[in-house]
Amino acid sequence: MDTREKDIENLKDYKYGFTTDIENIRAPKGLNEDVIKFISNIKKEPKWMLDFRLKAFQRFKLLKEPDWQKPKYPKIDYQDLYYYSAPKSMKDKPKSLDELDPKLLETYNKLGIPLQEQARLNGIAVDAVFDSVSVATTFKGELTKHGIIFCSMSEAIQKHPDLVKKYLGTVIPTTDHFFATLNSAVFTDGSFVYIPEGVKCPMELSTYFRINASETGQFERTLIIADKGSYVSYLEGCTAPMRDENQLHAANVELIALDDAEIKYSTVQNWYPGDENGKGGIYNFVTKRGLCKGKNSKISWTQVETGSAITWKYPSCILRGDNSIGEFYSIAITNNHQKADTGTKMIHLGKNTKSKIISKGISAGFSDMTYRGLVDINSKAKNSSNYTQCDSLLMGNKCGAHTVPYIKNKNFDSNIAHEATTSKISEEQLHYCQQRGLNPEEAVGLIVNGFCKEVLQQLPMEFAVEAQKLVGISLEGSVG
Amino acid sequence: MKEQLKTDFEKIQKVSSFSSKDVETKRFYLNKFIERGFPNRKLENWKFLDLDKIINKSINELSFYNDYSTTNKIDTSIFIDVLEHNKIIFINGRIEKIDFSYEDKNQIEISDDFKIDYKFDNNNSLIDLNKAFSNKYFKILIKKGYSIKKPLIIYHLTNEKMKSKNINLRLDFELEQNSSLKLIDFFSDITDTNFMNILYNFDIKKDSILKNYKIDKSFNKNIKYSYNNINQEKNSISETFIFSASSDYFKNEINCNLKGEYSSAFVNGIFSLKDNKQHEIRTSINHLVENTKSYQLIKSVLGENSKAVYQGRIYVDSIAQKTDGYQLSKAILLDETSEFNAKPELEIYADDVKCSHGSASGSLNENSIFYLMSRGLNYKESKELLINGFLLDVVEKITDVEIRNLIKNMIGLTE
Repeated sequence: MDTREKDIENLKDYKYGFTTDIENIRAPKGLNEDVIKFISNIKKEPKWMLDFRLKAFQRFKLLKEPDWQKPKYPKIDYQDLYYYSAPKSMKDKPKSLDELDPKLLETYNKLGIPLQEQARLNGIAVDAVFDSVSVATTFKGELTKHGIIFCSMSEAIQKHPDLVKKYLGTVIPTTDHFFATLNSAVFTDGSFVYIPEGVKCPMELSTYFRINASETGQFERTLIIADKGSYVSYLEGCTAPMRDENQLHAANVELIALDDAEIKYSTVQNWYPGDENGKGGIYNFVTKRGLCKGKNSKISWTQVETGSAITWKYPSCILRGDNSIGEFYSIAITNNHQKADTGTKMIHLGKNTKSKIISKGISAGFSDMTYRGLVDINSKAKNSSNYTQCDSLLMGNKCGAHTVPYIKNKNFDSNIAHEATTSKISEEQLHYCQQRGLNPEEAVGLIVNGFCKEVLQQLPMEFAVEAQKLVGISLEGSVG
Repeated sequence: MKEQLKTDFEKIQKVSSFSSKDVETKRFYLNKFIERGFPNRKLENWKFLDLDKIINKSINELSFYNDYSTTNKIDTSIFIDVLEHNKIIFINGRIEKIDFSYEDKNQIEISDDFKIDYKFDNNNSLIDLNKAFSNKYFKILIKKGYSIKKPLIIYHLTNEKMKSKNINLRLDFELEQNSSLKLIDFFSDITDTNFMNILYNFDIKKDSILKNYKIDKSFNKNIKYSYNNINQEKNSISETFIFSASSDYFKNEINCNLKGEYSSAFVNGIFSLKDNKQHEIRTSINHLVENTKSYQLIKSVLGENSKAVYQGRIYVDSIAQKTDGYQLSKAILLDETSEFNAKPELEIYADDVKCSHGSASGSLNENSIFYLMSRGLNYKESKELLINGFLLDVVEKITDVEIRNLIKNMIGLTE
């Protein structure tokens, strides 16, 4: 067996589908003020944080669940979910990794994310979020030397309340849409990053999310602030066990880039996609929004979306600072009965702002994929430009690929260009590869990787390798 | 408005002679319309231009009753005299004249039986309004193997009797096998603040050709909505050209169902707007069988607070392999007050297809202006020359030479 085949053997069935038996503490089932108070209380939050949550909850009660998206799903009973679930051993937070529950460590080792710092060779600082809470953050010492704050959200609320108070909810306010508001009310944990002025973060920061408990919604909140002239590259990975029920994941991610700062945010999303017949899987309804607040700032989103039963998200950039840049690179792959409605929003407010969107969608099996994007150039955004390219690849005639771009140009100095194509892998290309000795599956893998290359190049090395494998594996069995 | 709708409806029933069954059906559509009202921005298709808001803002006390008992004088001076043509003349929504003097009478059948049908039973409340209020509609049938010799021009005219009125029009066309029709809709109205709701249905049978040109050229302050439903059978061709320029508000919708193999649809359009005008073209091309083709080209030149919207949708059914679908929209914004919005949409369920769209908007290219000026043209001339070339591209797509020249002269484009 060559290595590729081994990889496939390993990954053919969802490799991350195991569950871990860990005693949990849960909030009572359901959504009400008491549950919110319970969450706030167990996390020993200050009053302003509880007020923030309650304000969001008041708003949430007025909101209706949106239904304009392409993938429809059975109604979610929000009273039938647990909004907080944490490993019992985390109640009194361990002070160092040695005190961590060995079962947890084992879980992360299985996932290929050793939390022991000495075991890390490639120097990525990891924050691991298990169900509702952050369990460990590595490389703290090294980061502190540079003045970088990288910790769990709960810890940030305790230790850096000023920063959290100043920035939390400024990009995604508590009055935002249905799922974002829900998150504001019940979010449990997540990562917090602050890069001080002029600091280039010396290593990649990474968060690994895992849903373990059943009937649990995961609502984490991430806040990244890059102060003037700083740079950070942040990676996010996600997995969940195989369960027959659908689980909800509604996270909020807020990025803020001040003058001359740059944030690069990469996601490899591999939540459990459900089985071949579309049973189970994660509903990934995430709100990600970046604000280029300062001049010359830059935010770049890169995503590889292969998992989830339904992916419904639009990582966006608000380009408020003059000369700011927003970028969005995406590969979305759906197979079997997966559905995705994803894309981006680029809101140009400042002068000379630029944005670029490259989206590659691949659908196979019975799946359905939609690119939905907005480019909005405001009347004050003089001399701005946008370039959008979205390509779709279809495999078989049981799947669908849709492109729904919204283009609004209110400024005559600005240019918007949009291109989209939909096609299948041509017989000629396949024939050419097969003639040179590749079997049909390898040939498709090669062509698909070429199709995605523009996006894969944007990922940091370690992720790129994993993502490339994922691309091949996600399409396994869809050819011929 | 609810009361107005109801009293006007009863008033119409008193003077007309519909059967009680028809009145019931009409009442059903009236209630359906009352329930939903004019479409607003909450509906995806009306997201960019909110008709409800526009009507409320520009028309106070819209009335739905029109007195059709007296004839209107036809002002012959507005006729297009450079082209021999057949005529249908609507004044204030009343049909005043049908003239097919250039054609073989046995090959064309015109009937005015009124019957309510359940066609296009979709979510469009304006179609409900049309069904509730249009009094009778004509059906024009072109018989098998007959090609109409001269184009048919439908004049849509209004006179000073019209003020804050709603007009609902409906025409049906059937093109039997191997026939052809050239149809020009010519809008010439001098009135303001009326709302016109026009509904056409085309059934194009095997091997037939339809060419429809819509020209909105004389300045007016009316609000217009036009909906074309086109059903195409095997090997048929439809060509639609829209020149959208002069009404305060104009939305053209084309819904085309390609139901027969090797059928093709072409939609070309020009927006030439200024002075607070808001126009929209929305197309929905449904590729339902194998080997069908569609092509759309929309170009806009916008200035002085105007706004243009293009929503184009290509739908490809899972059995519609070998579909070829293309759309392109380009816009030039002349100043900082104009706005262009586009939503070119692809919805594809078959894999062996070639579908693409492109959209671009921006200002006139300064380098090109510089080039022309360095060759002796002044700024204004250079600008006009560039716009001329930009729009000429669309007019060149018109396949009928006579009509192409007519339209070119009308909008003042030179080669």
